[in-house]
Amino acid sequence: MLIEGKNICFTYEVGGSSFALQEVDIDIAPGEFVVILGANGSGKSTLVRHFNALLTLQRGELKVARIDVRNEQDVWLLRRLCGMVFQNPDHQFVSSVVEEDIAFGLENYKVPRDVIPERVRSALALVEMNGYEKRSPHTLSGGQKQRVVLAGVLALEPEIIIFDEATAMLDPTGRQEVIKIMQKLHRAGKTIIAITHYVEEAVAADKVILMHQGRVLACGRPQAILTNLELMQVAELIPPLPVRLYYDLQQAGIQLNRCPLTNEELAEAICQFRSNT
Amino acid sequence: MSIQIEHLSYAYRLPSGEKVEALKEITCTIATGDFVGIMGPTGSGKTTLLQLIAGLRRPTGGRIRLNGKDINAHGYNRNLLRQMVGVVFQEPENQLFATTVEKDVAFGLKYSGLSRPEITARVQWALETMGFDFEKIRNQSPLALSGGEKRRVAIAGVLATKPQILLFDEPIAGLDPYSRQHFLHFVTKINQAGTTIIMVSHNMEALAEYTRHLLVLAQGRLIDSGPTREVFIRLKQKHSGAFGQTEAQKITTLLAKNKLVLPAAVVTYDDLLSALKQELAGGGPG
Ligand SMILES: Nc1ncnc2c1ncn2[C@@H]1O[C@H](COP(=O)(O)OP(=O)(O)OP(=O)(O)O)[C@@H](O)[C@H]1O
Ligand SMILES: Nc1ncnc2c1ncn2[C@@H]1O[C@H](COP(=O)(O)OP(=O)(O)OP(=O)(O)O)[C@@H](O)[C@H]1O
Ligand SMILES: [Mg+2]
Ligand SMILES: [Mg+2]
Repeated sequence: MLIEGKNICFTYEVGGSSFALQEVDIDIAPGEFVVILGANGSGKSTLVRHFNALLTLQRGELKVARIDVRNEQDVWLLRRLCGMVFQNPDHQFVSSVVEEDIAFGLENYKVPRDVIPERVRSALALVEMNGYEKRSPHTLSGGQKQRVVLAGVLALEPEIIIFDEATAMLDPTGRQEVIKIMQKLHRAGKTIIAITHYVEEAVAADKVILMHQGRVLACGRPQAILTNLELMQVAELIPPLPVRLYYDLQQAGIQLNRCPLTNEELAEAICQFRSNT
Repeated sequence: MSIQIEHLSYAYRLPSGEKVEALKEITCTIATGDFVGIMGPTGSGKTTLLQLIAGLRRPTGGRIRLNGKDINAHGYNRNLLRQMVGVVFQEPENQLFATTVEKDVAFGLKYSGLSRPEITARVQWALETMGFDFEKIRNQSPLALSGGEKRRVAIAGVLATKPQILLFDEPIAGLDPYSRQHFLHFVTKINQAGTTIIMVSHNMEALAEYTRHLLVLAQGRLIDSGPTREVFIRLKQKHSGAFGQTEAQKITTLLAKNKLVLPAAVVTYDDLLSALKQELAGGGPG
């Protein structure tokens, strides 16, 4: 396992009784594409912030690439291994020039100087923000900022990339593009961990983790999790549209042959139903 | 409180001297009590437009009239404007600063003339409206909250002032599905009670199901506007959905490829469900 956690508990108020994480077990294999779903405050961000030691493990065990996250001398190694795109882009800029902001991260990780400009250029191209090199991040629109933050993390070429609601501020096309970038990185062998409130983004994952009130409520293939109405309801989530439609049609006496997850599967199931009757 | 926007333009000036034309010659009218959605790709000028309507920036061309009065004219009462127009920004969590959630939400009521108990009641109402347990949340630090919780507190802060016009910039980004629905239902309710709502969103479902009129921006221009359903149908026909299509519309496109043609008016989930029920019940055509 690349990420192996057992019985992780965490509280923000030291000595307090309210837990942000409770007895969380987690296993993520190398190259896996994992999506974490859960209501506001369910512990998603708190959990992933343990992977690169942004939060200190209080109880339980956690190893990332066999490194114990409690080993203080390995913090830099962990940060390098585990890139993270945060929820709020405004808190992530260190420079007032876009290209310097991205270069800064590379310099920090001792990437040879002569390759930095090329790495910056290709990262900005990947998120379609070339042409904005000299701009100040603070003069960009919300979605443009989010793209620059993403470029900054991609330029570091980490093995594990954590997207904490990295698509929240993007338009539908932009969201689609970021999902494509995730899939491309996944195919290239990277481990992808994505947190999202867009449940549709979970259908292509290898594994879905459902969080609820600081606990892992369920973990498994998208098909098993997202089509389980009861489970989704307990987690206070709404299933993807094709799943809802499947059950609503069923109520009306129209039984499709299987519960679809994607729009394409839905269209196929509907057409099959028509040709069968 | 009708809002008339006439030939409105705005250009940012970068430190390099270069100009960024964020809005170009926008003309439209927003009626009192309407629920208007604004749609458009990243960088199309949506946030800039809201900032201009709120009087936070001066247009570089054209004007905005509120009930016939130019809000940027000399002598216009800016304090009144601030009372009438409430804005929830795109990253509202950056605006939280007080030591407790209760103080943060009460901040905008400081000069409202309300008594202390009235303020507390108002704050409680706003926080409960945003789905919080008042007693549990009131003494927490706003910084010690999750991303979505911060956003909900920030929205409560603006709701508490009960403005006549409410501008929301991506209010549902970062909200979980239940909070999203809860918020949209609530906004519909205050809209029905008379508040004018203008909501920027990248969420096509939310725009299609909740707004009455839609403005579509692209590269700083208003490329379409009108009743929401009509605009969605037009966008699909004219731009094959490049600017925005609901999931239901995407599914009708896929079905049409398989020779199942549903009415063009299918825009929302409910439209799709009832069209399919009709089409598939009784065994369909074959
Ligand atoms: N800095 C903090 N100090 C104290 N409590 C916190 C802090 N950050 C989060 N919490 C609390 O810990 C719990 C889990 O928060 P977390 O940020 O992990 O949730 P989340 O699942 O990421 O939610 P969201 O979808 O809103 O981002 C919540 O109850 C939250 O109020
Ligand atoms: N302070 C600023 N200085 C210079 N240019 C700016 C500034 N703020 C925004 N811009 C530019 O103006 C244009 C419109 O930006 P705006 O923030 O209005 O877009 P938006 O439609 O809200 O986008 P998003 O969906 O990404 O939030 C963009 O090209 C942006 O780069
Ligand atoms: Mg979070
Ligand atoms: Mg914006």
